[in-house]
Amino acid sequence: MTVTDTDQHHDTHEGESHGLSDMGYVKIAVFLAVVTAIEVALSYTQDQLGAAFLPLLLILMGIKFFCVILYFMHLKFDSKLFGLMFYIGMFLAIGCYGVFLLSMHFFSS
Amino acid sequence: MADTAVAPATGHDAHDDHGAHHTSTGLSNNKLAMWMFLGSECLLFGGLISTYMLYRGRHSENLGPDQVWDIPFTSASSFVLLMSSLTMVLAVSSAHRKDDRNTKVWLMVTALLGALFVAGQVYEFTTFYREGLGFTTSLFSSSFYTLTGFHGVHVTVGIIMLTSLVGMIGKNRVPGDKAETVELFGLYWHFVDVVWILIFTLVYLIPA
Amino acid sequence: MAIIERPTDTPAVVSPDAAPAVATPATSYGVFRRPVETTGWKSWLFTIDHKKLGIMYGVVAMAFFVIGGIEALLIRLQLAGPDGTVLSADAYNQMFTMHATTMVFLFVMPMAAAFANYMVPLQIGARDVAFPRINAFGFWTFLFGGLFLNTSWILGGAADGGWFMYAPNSSVAFSPTNGVDFWALGLQITGIASLTGAINLIVTVINMRAPGMSLMKVPIFTWMIMVVQFLLLFAIPVITVALFLLMFQRSFDATFFSVEAGADPLLWQHLFWIFGHPEVYIIVLPAFGIVSEVLPVFSKKPLFGYPLVVFSGAAIGFVGWGVWAHHMFASGLGPISVAVFSVATMAIAIPTGVKIINWVMTMWGGKLKFTVPMLYAVGVIVQFTIGGLSGVTHSVAPSDTQQTDTYYIVAHFHYVIFGGAVLGLFSGLYYWWPKMFGKMLNERMGRWNFWLTIIGMNLTFGPMHVLGLQGQPRRMYRWTENRAGEGFFNIGFWNLIASIGSFVLALGVLMFFVNIYVSHRKGTQKAPLDPWDARSLEWITTSPPKEHNFDRTPTVGHLDEFFHRKYEDRGEGDHHDYHQVATAEEIVAEEEAKGDSHIHLPSPSYWPILLSLALPIMAYGVIYNIWLIAGGAALALLSMYGWGMEPHTAPDDDYDPPAAGTELEVAAHG
Repeated sequence: MTVTDTDQHHDTHEGESHGLSDMGYVKIAVFLAVVTAIEVALSYTQDQLGAAFLPLLLILMGIKFFCVILYFMHLKFDSKLFGLMFYIGMFLAIGCYGVFLLSMHFFSS
Repeated sequence: MADTAVAPATGHDAHDDHGAHHTSTGLSNNKLAMWMFLGSECLLFGGLISTYMLYRGRHSENLGPDQVWDIPFTSASSFVLLMSSLTMVLAVSSAHRKDDRNTKVWLMVTALLGALFVAGQVYEFTTFYREGLGFTTSLFSSSFYTLTGFHGVHVTVGIIMLTSLVGMIGKNRVPGDKAETVELFGLYWHFVDVVWILIFTLVYLIPA
Repeated sequence: MAIIERPTDTPAVVSPDAAPAVATPATSYGVFRRPVETTGWKSWLFTIDHKKLGIMYGVVAMAFFVIGGIEALLIRLQLAGPDGTVLSADAYNQMFTMHATTMVFLFVMPMAAAFANYMVPLQIGARDVAFPRINAFGFWTFLFGGLFLNTSWILGGAADGGWFMYAPNSSVAFSPTNGVDFWALGLQITGIASLTGAINLIVTVINMRAPGMSLMKVPIFTWMIMVVQFLLLFAIPVITVALFLLMFQRSFDATFFSVEAGADPLLWQHLFWIFGHPEVYIIVLPAFGIVSEVLPVFSKKPLFGYPLVVFSGAAIGFVGWGVWAHHMFASGLGPISVAVFSVATMAIAIPTGVKIINWVMTMWGGKLKFTVPMLYAVGVIVQFTIGGLSGVTHSVAPSDTQQTDTYYIVAHFHYVIFGGAVLGLFSGLYYWWPKMFGKMLNERMGRWNFWLTIIGMNLTFGPMHVLGLQGQPRRMYRWTENRAGEGFFNIGFWNLIASIGSFVLALGVLMFFVNIYVSHRKGTQKAPLDPWDARSLEWITTSPPKEHNFDRTPTVGHLDEFFHRKYEDRGEGDHHDYHQVATAEEIVAEEEAKGDSHIHLPSPSYWPILLSLALPIMAYGVIYNIWLIAGGAALALLSMYGWGMEPHTAPDDDYDPPAAGTELEVAAHG
C-alpha cells in the first residue's frame, strides 16, 4: 500500500488522461453486447455443446465482468489500492461461498 | 456516500486545498470509500446468489427456472442495463471535461435506461406471478425474488441518485468535486451492472 | 497559538485553474442551515466531532454493559440452586439470548468503537476521521438499533432463540412473539452502523496519517483497529443476507430455513458463522491493540517485534475467514469438511501464540510498573491464554463433539471474551481516561476494581469447565439435585460457586463506576499531561484534546514518536542509552507556539441523527404496519437530500456574535 499514482492523479480534471476515449468506451460496449449475444446463442445450443457449455458460459461471463470492472470502472488505470479493496471482497466472497456450496454438495449433484 | 472531509493532515497552506491532493496516499477519500463499499457488496450479493444456487432446484414440477424463464425478454433487458453502463461512462467522461450539459444528458439517459430495466423486471415478476410463481410458492421462487429483488432495489436507488444528481448539477449545488461525484455514482452504477452480468449468466442462462 | 477560524463558505479568491471543479454552494437557507452550538445538549446531539462521538459510544456501551450484566446475574441466580424459580423457562430463554446479543453487539463492539473513534485520529495525527458526518450517523444508528432491540422487552417479549438463532427455533412456530423480529431488524440496524464505521475508519487510517507516518509507523492499536474494520467491512454483509432471509421467513412467509418445506437449516448456520467467526476477532483484536499499547509503556521498552504483531494481527484476520465451520462440527458436515476446518482452526493458534510471546517478550527485562492499566493488560495475557487453550481443545473435532452445547463452551468463550476483550477494554479505560477526561482514575479503587473482577471472573467461568465436562448443557433453565452427581463433580456445588463468582464480578464492575465518581469529585487533581510516560502520538496534545486535536499537525519520524521526542539515544551502535531531553509540557507548549493559524473544521449537522432515526421507524414498520416503512423511507430520503445539499460549514452570520475575521480560505473538500 505505497503511495501510488499521485502524479497521475493531479491533473485528472484536465480531460482524458484518465481511461479511454469516448470512442474506446463505445467499442467496449459493442464488445460486451456481442459477448452477451454469444452467451444467449450458446444457451440455445447447449445440447450440441455438451460438457463445454458450462465452462464456455462462465468464461464469457468472466470476460464481461472484468471488462466492466477494468475499463468502465477505471480499475485498469486507477490506483491499485482501489482494486485491492474490491478484489479482497470479491475473493472472500468466491472463497467463502464456494466452500459453503462445496460442503453442501452443490457441485457434485 | 459522498461526505465532506475535514482538512487532511498535511497542512492547509496551499490554496487549491481540496480533494485528493494531500491525503497520505494521494487518493481521494470518497473514491476509496466507494470501492470499499463495493467490495463489501460483493459478499452481500455473493450470499444471495449462493442461496439461490442452493435452492434453485427446490420447486414443484412445472414451476422451475427452466419452465418460467423468458430468455429473449431477459436478454433484451440485460442489454438495456449493459448499455446504461456505456451512457454512464460517457457521463463521467463529460464530467471530467467539465461539460455540464452533456453530463446531465448522459446521466438522464442512464437513469432512463435504468428505469426501463426496472420496468422490465416489474413486468417479468408480474408475468411469473400470473403463471403461479408467488414469493412463497417454493424455495426456488423465494430465493429468486430475493436475489433479483435486491438487485432491482439497487437499480432503483441508483435511479433516484442519478436524477437527484442531475438536479444538483443543474442548480450548481454539488458539494465538492463535481467530476468526482459523477464518477462515484458511476462506480456504483457499474457495479450494479456487473452484478447483473453475473445474475444473467448464473441464474438465467445456466439451466438448473 | 492556534485559532479555530469562523469557517466561511465563501469560495476563496483563487485563480480559476487552482480549484476548478469545486463549487461551494454560496448560500445556505432554511432547513439546510448547519447548527453551530458548541455547548449544551445540541452540541452533543448534532456533533460530528470524533471525540464527542467516541465518548457517547463509550457511555452507551457501558449502559448496555450494565443491562447485559443484570441479565447475566438473573441467569446465575436461576442456576445457583436446584430447581431454580427466579425465571420461567420462557424468560430464561429471552435472558440468555439477550445477554449474549447485548454483550457482543451492544457492549464489546461499540466499546471498541468508542476507543477507535476517539484514539485513531489522535494516534495518526489527524484532525478528525475522513467522514465526520458518517461517523455521527454510525453512532446514532448503533444507539437507535440497540434501543430498538431492547424495546422488545416491553412489546411482547425479547428474542429467545439463542444468540446464533438457529432454525427451527427462529421460526414463528417456535418463537411466536415478535422477539426474533426485533432481534433480526435490530442487528440489521447496528450492522449498518458497523459497516459505515468500518469504511470511515479504514479510509481515515489509509488517507489521513500525519506526514512521515508510513504504515509501519502507525501505532499498534490503530493497526489492530484497521484489521478489525476490514473484518467488519466484509463480514457484516454476510449477516445482512442471513438477517434478511430470516426477516422474509418470519414477516413475509418465506421458508428459507424450514426443513418441512425442503429447506436446508445449515444455510443459516453457514451464513451466520461465516460472519460469526470473523466477529470473534472483531471482538478481541481491539483489546489486543490496547494491550500492545499499554505493555510497552509500563515496561519502559518498545513493543517487542512490532512488525510481527502487526502481521500476526493481519494473519488472524485473514485465517479467521477460513475456520467458520468449526462452530458446526456437530451438525453433520461430513468428515472431509470437519477435517479441513479442524486443521485450519489449529493453524489460527499460531498467530495468536505469536502475539502472546511478543507481549511476554515486551515485559521481559523491562522496568515493570504495575499500574491499573498494566494489571489489566497482564490479566489479558493470563486469562486469554486459558481461554485460548480450551479453544485448542475445541479444534480437535472428536473432542469438540463431546463439548458442543455444554458449559465447557460457555467457559471457553467467556475466558476469551471477558478475559481477552473486556479486560483489555478496561485496561484501555484506565490508560486513556486521563487523556479523555483530564483526570486520573483513582489507583487504589482501580486495584479493587481489578482484583474483584479477576477473582469474580475466575470463580464464575472457571467452574463452568467442570460443569461442561460433567455434561451440563448450556441453555438448560434448571437442574435437579438427584442428577447432580457426587463429590468433587457435583454440579450443584460448582453452579453455586459460579453464581457467587458472578456477584463478585458484578461488585468488581461496580467498583469501576464508584471509581469514576471518586476520581471526579470536587477537589481532585487535574491529570498531568503525560501521566504514564507514554509513547504514541495521542499524548502530544492537551488532555482532553482541543476540538481540533492538534495545534500543529505533527510530523512523524518514529514509530513511538512521542517517546523519541522526549528521549534522546546517546548509546553507541546497538547499545541504547536514552536520556530525557524534553518533558511532555515542553513538547505540547512548542506545538502550541508553532500552531497553525487557520484551522477549519466542518460544522455540526442535523442530518446524521435524522437519517438514523428513519431506520428504527422502518423496522417498526416491518413488524407492525407497512405504512410506517414508507414514512421512515420518506424521512430517510429527506435526510439524504439535506445531507447532500447542506454547505460544508455554517455561514458566518449564523454565529453569535458574527465573526470579525476577514481571512478567506477554501475549506477542505473531499
